[in-house]
Amino acid sequence: MLRLDCPVCGLRDHDEFTYLEDGSITYPKLTNENQDDWFDAVYLRENPRGRHVEKWHHTFGCRTVLLVERDTLTHVIGKIKPAHPKIAAALKQPATAKKRS
Amino acid sequence: MSRYSAWQIVKQGLTGNKSWEPAWRDASPKSSYDVIIIGGGGHGLATAYYLAKNHGITNVAVIEKGWIGGGNAGRNTTIVRSNYFMEGNTEFYEHSLKLWENLSQELNYNVMFSQRGHLNLFFTPGQRDAMIRKYNIMRLNGIDGELLDRDQLMSKVPHLNYSQEARLPILGALYQGRAGTARHDAVNWGYARAASNLGVDIIQNCEVTGFISNGGQLVGVETSRGEIRAEKVGMAVAGSTSLLAHKAGLGRLPIESHKLQAFVSEPIKPFLDSVVVYGVGHGHFYISQSDKGGMVFGGNLDGYNSYAQKGNLPLYTDVASCAMNMMPALGRVKLLRQWAGIMDMSMDGSPFITKTDINGLYLNAGWCYGGFKATPASGWCFAHTIAHDAPHDVNKLLTLDRYKTGHMLDESGHGPYPKSH
Amino acid sequence: MTGSRFASGGLIDRKKPITFQYDGMRVQGFAGDTIASALMASGHQIVGRSFKYHRPRGINSAGPEESGALFTVGDNANRTPNVKGTIAEIHDGLIVRSQNAFPNVRYDVGAVNGLIAPFLTAGFYYKTFVGPFSGTRFWMMFEYFIRKAAGLGVASRDADPATYDIAHHHCDILVVGAGPSGLWTAVQLAEAGQSVMLVEQDFACGGQLLSRNNARDAAFIAEMQSRLTRAGGRIMVRTTAFGLYDGLVTGLVERVTDHLSAPHESLPREIFHIVRPQQIVLASGALERGLAFGNNDRPGVMLAHAVARYAGRFGVSAGQSCIMATSHDGTYDDALQLAEAGMQICVLDARPCHTDAQEAAKRVGLDILFETVPVQVAGGRGVAGLEVGMCDSDGVVHSDNRMIGADVVGMSGGYSPVVNLLSHRGVKPVWDADIQAFRTGPTTEAIQVVGSADGFYDNEACLASADVAVSHILRPRRRDAETDIFRGWQTPAMPLFEINIQGRSLKSFIDPQHDVTTADIRQAHSEGFVSVEHMKRYTTLGMATDQGRMGNILGLATMAEARNMPIAESGITTFRPPFTPVSIGVLAGRSSGADWWPTRRTPMHDTHLSAGAAMMDAGYWKRAWYYPQNGETMDDAYIREAAIVRQTVGMVDVSTLGKIAIQGPDATEFLNQIYINAFAKLPVGKARYGIMLRDDGHVMDDGTTWRLSDDEYFMTTTTAQAGPVMLFLEELLQTRMTNLEVHVSSVSDYWAGIAVAGPLARQVLTGALPALDWSNDAFPFMGVQSAELNLGGAVIPFRAARISFSGERAWEIYVPADFGNVVWAHLAEHVALAGGSPYGMEALGTLRIEKGHVTGAELDGRVTLEDAGFARMASKTKPYIGSVLRKRPGLMDEARPSLVGIFPKDRSKQFGTGAILCEPGAVSGFGKGWITAVTHSPAFGHWIGLGFVSGGYDAWHDKTVMIADPVRGVTIEGEIVSPHMFDPEGGRQNG
Repeated sequence: MLRLDCPVCGLRDHDEFTYLEDGSITYPKLTNENQDDWFDAVYLRENPRGRHVEKWHHTFGCRTVLLVERDTLTHVIGKIKPAHPKIAAALKQPATAKKRS
Repeated sequence: MSRYSAWQIVKQGLTGNKSWEPAWRDASPKSSYDVIIIGGGGHGLATAYYLAKNHGITNVAVIEKGWIGGGNAGRNTTIVRSNYFMEGNTEFYEHSLKLWENLSQELNYNVMFSQRGHLNLFFTPGQRDAMIRKYNIMRLNGIDGELLDRDQLMSKVPHLNYSQEARLPILGALYQGRAGTARHDAVNWGYARAASNLGVDIIQNCEVTGFISNGGQLVGVETSRGEIRAEKVGMAVAGSTSLLAHKAGLGRLPIESHKLQAFVSEPIKPFLDSVVVYGVGHGHFYISQSDKGGMVFGGNLDGYNSYAQKGNLPLYTDVASCAMNMMPALGRVKLLRQWAGIMDMSMDGSPFITKTDINGLYLNAGWCYGGFKATPASGWCFAHTIAHDAPHDVNKLLTLDRYKTGHMLDESGHGPYPKSH
Repeated sequence: MTGSRFASGGLIDRKKPITFQYDGMRVQGFAGDTIASALMASGHQIVGRSFKYHRPRGINSAGPEESGALFTVGDNANRTPNVKGTIAEIHDGLIVRSQNAFPNVRYDVGAVNGLIAPFLTAGFYYKTFVGPFSGTRFWMMFEYFIRKAAGLGVASRDADPATYDIAHHHCDILVVGAGPSGLWTAVQLAEAGQSVMLVEQDFACGGQLLSRNNARDAAFIAEMQSRLTRAGGRIMVRTTAFGLYDGLVTGLVERVTDHLSAPHESLPREIFHIVRPQQIVLASGALERGLAFGNNDRPGVMLAHAVARYAGRFGVSAGQSCIMATSHDGTYDDALQLAEAGMQICVLDARPCHTDAQEAAKRVGLDILFETVPVQVAGGRGVAGLEVGMCDSDGVVHSDNRMIGADVVGMSGGYSPVVNLLSHRGVKPVWDADIQAFRTGPTTEAIQVVGSADGFYDNEACLASADVAVSHILRPRRRDAETDIFRGWQTPAMPLFEINIQGRSLKSFIDPQHDVTTADIRQAHSEGFVSVEHMKRYTTLGMATDQGRMGNILGLATMAEARNMPIAESGITTFRPPFTPVSIGVLAGRSSGADWWPTRRTPMHDTHLSAGAAMMDAGYWKRAWYYPQNGETMDDAYIREAAIVRQTVGMVDVSTLGKIAIQGPDATEFLNQIYINAFAKLPVGKARYGIMLRDDGHVMDDGTTWRLSDDEYFMTTTTAQAGPVMLFLEELLQTRMTNLEVHVSSVSDYWAGIAVAGPLARQVLTGALPALDWSNDAFPFMGVQSAELNLGGAVIPFRAARISFSGERAWEIYVPADFGNVVWAHLAEHVALAGGSPYGMEALGTLRIEKGHVTGAELDGRVTLEDAGFARMASKTKPYIGSVLRKRPGLMDEARPSLVGIFPKDRSKQFGTGAILCEPGAVSGFGKGWITAVTHSPAFGHWIGLGFVSGGYDAWHDKTVMIADPVRGVTIEGEIVSPHMFDPEGGRQNG
């Protein structure tokens, strides 16, 4: 069981989450009409053995999309933060009470 | 090397089994070969065999970083079938099934391919109709397949969960009688022995650390046992494809490595003749009984990128509940061993057997969790592609650029999400 | 050997006799006995048969390493095969059967296999049974008999009636194993304030201490247990830690009822505990291993310590006279204990006399033969004596044909620490020459290994190692200097694995269950299967139900010797979970039968049932399929229901549709980006049909989205895609579209949905929901309105949109879920008065097929906008998800199959979904298209279908198509028509 420390909900089993995809993918802007750029983002993967930043969605929790650093060989979990920069910033503010359960 | 036969066994038995020869030569690398196959799994060994057998190319090395057959070739649930419906897959897997049917004779090695039949259960009319479309395509391509209603299924496998109280009562199944199971290790060893007999060097404990190019042309590989030159290099390293592709300069591929768990129970007396499979909603399950008596089964991927050959608990529960749902008599049968393999998950669930953009480099990859059944045809087609520098008709659609042109082979319809196939 | 019960002693309760059945015989034991100890005490010697040669097998251990004493326990549906008799406790009425033998283990006809054993050596089946002709028939003929001979116990084919549970735990420390080290560690940590769980696979705590049965040990165990409990620790016996997983999550299985004769019906048979500890202490002990010598598989040959354990713990004498063959000091305690109990003991020690333990034993008069090793057991069905040989300092053995009388042989080649659980974490075991065993390698995880699990065999050393672990846990910053606690015994063990004599061919077993001998290992070596993994797979060593505990090291040593390299170099195979076999049932917990999946019911579920509806499964949902009247078949019912909708009015439960509230200043822009069509100009009070694509340009979902205000929308999705669409929208907003101020929330469960459709729908709604004006002017097609219904004093808000899936004049009405039933009943009254009726999914299917409206059957994840006929809806002026990749050449190919309607040429003919559309004369290959939906249309009076065909209607409108369905055995001629088969102008829905 991977144990993910959700910045909103606390330490939880990974089966509360939905694995989305490689978090390093940069999707082109919608206005970008270049097929190769889209092909790159949608189809090609670095697929590293080792450090991997990936997107997980806390489906049976706060429904936040998280960027999780994880080693694909050892499954050791590193830093976890919300993918949305504003949510990440809001959680960083000391005034925001962090709820753990 | 001497042929295996009942007579050989008797002769050896009477003389104390003391003069058996090695099944294959454990070779040390020469400085150069015509063709190097990276990866001593089933696909790599089969490729070497067919290069020698079908194309007369015998100056071939198979190089393996560990021991042959130690990857997915020796970790799968051994199911062989050809129930595919997309042009490109159908003819490929049927070609494979036909090779399977005479593989033991061809290799003079009993790979124990047992055509005990493959049942794909359905629970809703919609599921049935989608499966009938697939089996109709098979039938129109000369492949066997039939529809069994609930009563017909019951007479074949009486101890499935036919209760109307089941969460999803079983309505029937689609059946492929020529499908079945084989002994995975035997396939690897059989190809290794037959290839070695034809002059192929099988080199174990030899890891590829780099590729040697000369003006855009690949000319060899660097390994933990020194540099080895070759005119052509074929990669058949499913699970680690991306890692080697980066070294070779192929860049990023449409592949993710994912973990698939497999399970085997303690041996019990004959309990299940056919392979039984179902997929409905999030439930996915396949089971057969090995000749030794163990129930061999598995289900979904763990669902996140991984190179770790070890499992995690949520899948235990997932797979066990699928087992109990379908065959509730399994409750007291005990799980003996669980393991995991790393799958090359491609973006449409279908494989690649193809030339690459690098001259002299050929790719065999993206097997998702269907690689075992493909072993003979994969080797056969890859050998052809390497020998002729062009694909055979049977693998011409299994290209790497099919996503770029929009010619996906998406049997499941899940789209470019590798964990979903 | 004939075992018997000592007159006194043991941890059994002699005042509580227990009677059970063994192969139809009555056997008596006592509370505290295992099946194995009770059978041994009753003189049963042959209790099993081996896998391949069907050689007789006796009890060879006293724990989970057992490979011989396997039984089938229980009856009928409660029958459990392959139960280890050395673990299973007895209770009154227990039914035990021997297995893998006919007619029974004592006289087994399968033993003829032994006669042809020379031909059945490692891998023989790979070399034969191929047959003289092509194909697989020859092999399958032999396979039939091989399968019958293989397998061990017989599993029941009836559903397992037991219940199982899953429980979840958190704790500071999980201690695995309640031997002295585990107990001592757990007590200290608990008393220091840590929350501790201590699990023990046995039914009693104490580990090796239980074998001695002396008062001091008993007092220690009792004190530890009571201190641990007082300190708030939890002790769980009959609980096996079977696997260690990521994040230190540990799987345990607790056996709850198998040892009870009349368990309370509320108890589950077993519980699967999932523990999430902060730290783990492995006190899992060490397992003794045997020696390889001739006929070492005979009943009566067992592990040396097991002989002592049966005596000390169970008060059972394994026989009259016992030879203890060993290569280390550890066996002397056992030998002395047995001699004291009154057994005639002779120790064979492979070493010369030079250690303190040897001297001490000699002093008290123990009969010891130094530099002596076992060579070959005499006797077929048991031990009649043992041929011994002299072993020189190089390990070379010479036999002088000396025979020693005995009926039991205890053997010990040393102990192997149980490294399995750390091996699950990918920690490679390392060879420790001092103890002649693999120990666990270093780990970076918060796992401590203590006691004999880490090679500390002396009791004081075990406790000292526990102290070190406790200190590491409680004071992690303070690193104690490397301790000088010694591993193993005072004198290092002598490496002794196989006894070989020049020129003699001994049958020396290393895996007695699978009949793997040292000769098999050597054959594997000569055939090139030299990697330990190849050896394991080729000989099947280590794949038996003892998971290699009995013989793995002997096999590795034999291979290392053949390869002329140290064991440390030849390596060890990987241990896989589970540690001991685990029921499949307990892993599933309660998720089986009717509870396999969640069941989702709409608010009107019970109403449909009381109306006699047949229900169907749609994902997790149960939906009303059709409402049969007066014994109608499904076909009768749906055709009637569909006809009523076209003639008068019908109503259908659409609560399962996904419903998403989309709110915020950028809601419109968001919709513009995710839908292919423009939403910017959609006025408040209007709905629009929208289609969204995946990134790869294939259709993901369709549905209507209603504009409720400037910055609020109500989106509906298909039932199947409700979850995925919601997830995708959230992902987009939190990753790629973070500049948009939009909030989405799933409101699927908050609203019950009812569609009212048919020419009389307006009349019905005007009567039933008078708060709104339902006229065409006030409520045009795609209009959206909200109002309230005053029903018996209750004020029920609702929202409605004029949307039509059926092609009729129709509205979808949404009310808060709690009011679904009353509003349904209210509307149903009005519908009935107008001559209408409810309709189910099957009729809904008919109506939509007639109209050419698509569902999941068509939008199967491979379909493009062009394929489904939506291309004209796609905006050319704005980008949207999927707009670029949908233009790839393969997806824009004009030859791609596109949506059409299909009629049978002979209108009386029926055809089926999944049929393939082919050109006449070319009914083969992949065809030109396929059929996605078929129904009997009341509007047309014949079977019609939807499907996709290459080139679409334009290419086929004047041609015959073959509808090929070889699976159903039907091929007929058909014609391609427009998919909009019924009322293509839409007059009925717009009027």
